[in-house]
Amino acid sequence: MIRFLLRRTVSTLLVLLAMSAVIYVVFFAAPHDPAVLVCGKGCDGARLAVVRHKLGTDLPVWEQYWQFLHGLVAGRSFDSGTDVTRCAAPCLGYSFQTDQPVLQMVTQRIPVDFSLTVGAMVLWLLLGVGTGLLSALRRGRFAERALTALTLAGMSTPVFLIGLMLVMLFCASLQWMPFPSYTAFTDDPAQWAANLVLPWFSLALIISAAYARMTRSSLLETLAEDHIRTNRAYGLSERRIVFGHALRGALVPVVTMLAIDVGQILGGAMLTESVFGFDGLGRLLVNSVNQIDLPVVVGVTLFAGFFIVIANAAADVLYALADPRVSVA
Amino acid sequence: MTDRRKLVEVSQLRVAFGAGAPPAVDGLSFELGAGESLGLVGESGSGKSTVALALLGLHRAGGAEVTGTVRVDGTDVLGATEAELRALRGARAAMVFQDPLSALDPYWTIGDQIAEVHRVHTGSTRRAARDRAVEVLDRVGIPDAAKRARAHPHEFSGGMRQRALIAMALACSPKLLIADEPTTALDVTVQAQILDLLHELRAEHGMALLLVTHDLGVVAGNTDRVLVMRDGRAVEHGRVAGVLGAPREPYTRELLAAVPRLDSPRERPAPSADVLLSVTDLHRHYPAPERAGLFGARAKLRAVDGVTLDVRRGETLGVVGESGSGKSTLGRLLVRLDQPTSGGIRFEGADLAHASERSLRPLRPDLQMVFQDPVSSLNPRRTVGESVADPLRVRGGRSGGQLRAEAGELLERVGLRPDWYHRYPHELSGGQRQRVGIARALALRPKLIVCDEPVSALDVTTQAQVVRLLAGLQAEFGLTLVFIAHDLAVVRQVSDRVAVMRQGRIVELGPVDEVYTAPQHPYTRTLLAAVPVLDPAEADTRRAARAALREVPRPAPSGEGRALAGA
Repeated sequence: MIRFLLRRTVSTLLVLLAMSAVIYVVFFAAPHDPAVLVCGKGCDGARLAVVRHKLGTDLPVWEQYWQFLHGLVAGRSFDSGTDVTRCAAPCLGYSFQTDQPVLQMVTQRIPVDFSLTVGAMVLWLLLGVGTGLLSALRRGRFAERALTALTLAGMSTPVFLIGLMLVMLFCASLQWMPFPSYTAFTDDPAQWAANLVLPWFSLALIISAAYARMTRSSLLETLAEDHIRTNRAYGLSERRIVFGHALRGALVPVVTMLAIDVGQILGGAMLTESVFGFDGLGRLLVNSVNQIDLPVVVGVTLFAGFFIVIANAAADVLYALADPRVSVA
Repeated sequence: MTDRRKLVEVSQLRVAFGAGAPPAVDGLSFELGAGESLGLVGESGSGKSTVALALLGLHRAGGAEVTGTVRVDGTDVLGATEAELRALRGARAAMVFQDPLSALDPYWTIGDQIAEVHRVHTGSTRRAARDRAVEVLDRVGIPDAAKRARAHPHEFSGGMRQRALIAMALACSPKLLIADEPTTALDVTVQAQILDLLHELRAEHGMALLLVTHDLGVVAGNTDRVLVMRDGRAVEHGRVAGVLGAPREPYTRELLAAVPRLDSPRERPAPSADVLLSVTDLHRHYPAPERAGLFGARAKLRAVDGVTLDVRRGETLGVVGESGSGKSTLGRLLVRLDQPTSGGIRFEGADLAHASERSLRPLRPDLQMVFQDPVSSLNPRRTVGESVADPLRVRGGRSGGQLRAEAGELLERVGLRPDWYHRYPHELSGGQRQRVGIARALALRPKLIVCDEPVSALDVTTQAQVVRLLAGLQAEFGLTLVFIAHDLAVVRQVSDRVAVMRQGRIVELGPVDEVYTAPQHPYTRTLLAAVPVLDPAEADTRRAARAALREVPRPAPSGEGRALAGA
């Protein structure tokens, strides 16, 4: 276990390092100058040079990258020409556009995506695994065909369509609830939940479809295995067989899928955030890419990558807990 | 009025899967009294396993059409409700399956699986069920049963798993034990142990036994009566001694004749003394799966551990050993499909052990291999003709038409029709697929063919045909063969000399007649004593001899001996 944690930590750091390096390279390969955007209208050559110097984009790529790494580990100073700002480690720099510290921009938005993900995950697991279970056990009957049709429809519907439909129905037509806007859990838990119900459902409805199909096929596969035949030959009831023996094995691939999805959505659910007007990592990333805001892009990407790596490590641990033949090492 | 003493009554049983297909079982009738035993024998596809499953009504969900009468311990299996059937299954009639690894739930401990069966049928407490599990595990000879009950199936060896499955069957003290090929996946010594165990348990509990197997030798020593099946029908039915000793039906005689025996006469041409391939102090080590702690050193698994032998031109060298003895690794090393850790291999003067892939290339046509599993060793997406033509294509210098013609000839030479060139492996039977594998190995006119368990996946009659084919080809092409198998009787039939392997070493090597009639090494003697024989009286004698051998106190299990504890 210790060996596993050590190895995972090292590999996580390497992955994040490689990711940030790639972003720097790609960023400078793109034919845009962030200084022009920052400088705005009526910008002359001299002013542009000052802006470049302030942003640090006048330095060679490797030197900028080195400063970024230095800031991350030991902090760094920013010299705007008139005064010097000290940014303590871990320093992700300041946004080119808003001058806000990137670390703060990112950490402010993490609770949004975290709330979104956790609630939606509970829902999509309940919906997805439940539907999959039902359709596997009702194979060949009407219920299964109806569920298959529903999950197919779910898988092929984009989130902005479902989200908008839900908002139109519940907020505009029926007026059962206000238009969602994010409230922090610490401010008002009830308000937090009320605002998140619709986003949760629109995310969960779509994602659960894939879980239903995965659970169904995986359960059917497990039910066809020899050890299930042994259970039958020893007089166990179908209920005992499904819930005691088959489901555990069938859910292993579902856990793997879950890790990938959770990691991804934690790092930003751009469409859902946009539909419901939430200020999360997804929208931050899209905006900062549009504005060539390098420090923000790097910051968001690093966190998104970190979530994915952590989720996968968690999946490996769960995998080993579920299957006695697998050991984390 | 049914005879109350009859435990199992099957009459006019017919099982069909799908309307168009011929029935798997057709008009089968037999009875089994309390405490009696019956062997159900037949080749694959004869319907014998279907009968076993039908006794517990396990065809219900499968969409099979089952008619006739099946009555087990008073329960009308075909007409019973699900609850009535569940009360029968595992409690009064229990089944032991062929492959104990896949038949056990990988996620549950052995003890929990057995305890669950006991709880379901007796409603006992958790604690009582667990105690019962340990008790039956102990009874079937699992050492340190209380501790081993907490292990998962993958932590058991094949023989131990089969014992665990038998323990599960014993959990509720059933009146009938149905064993479906219970020893087919096991080594010969482990097979003998499991069969002896079944024999003891039957005597102890007065259980009736239905033993399903393709192996007449297994039936001979273990059941009172035998029923020979073919294409879903009974061919011959009677006392074991009568059916095996004086068969009335031609099919039974055919089956018996195909069984390789330790005492059948053999004729082999005198081999030359010319050495084709020589191996000196050959080693192949693998890093063992890590087990030690954080900084523990990784142990080495010595798959081949210092083998020295010669293969003479034109001979067949048999290599016997149990699973894990390193015989397959040795086979792969001989044709350099694997790289030795150390040691020398010389083939007609060339150094194979240290040759680079490039310098091996001109030698490759001379060194060929036939694999055990003809299903997985043929590409399912290529026709068998293409597979046979592949080596020729690699050689180059042939047009498409020539390739096709040569592949056709090869197919014909191994007893297939040349126009089967366009068939795919799944359209062929196991024996036919193995013939394709042989044709492919022959394509480049090799000097040496290593056959790794070439017939162990085949029925006994098919096995005999393939063995005859190999002998014919050897004579015709002057081939040198290395024949690897776990079946001592088959090896004896085909080989001039035999090497007995154990734990990566050769414990005995010599001419077949010497090794089989006067084995020097105790391990060879153990192996020979475990081979099933066709004469029931002889089987009883051997069982007694094995029991006597077991009386000798066994050494306490140590950490090192763990991997060796086959069963």
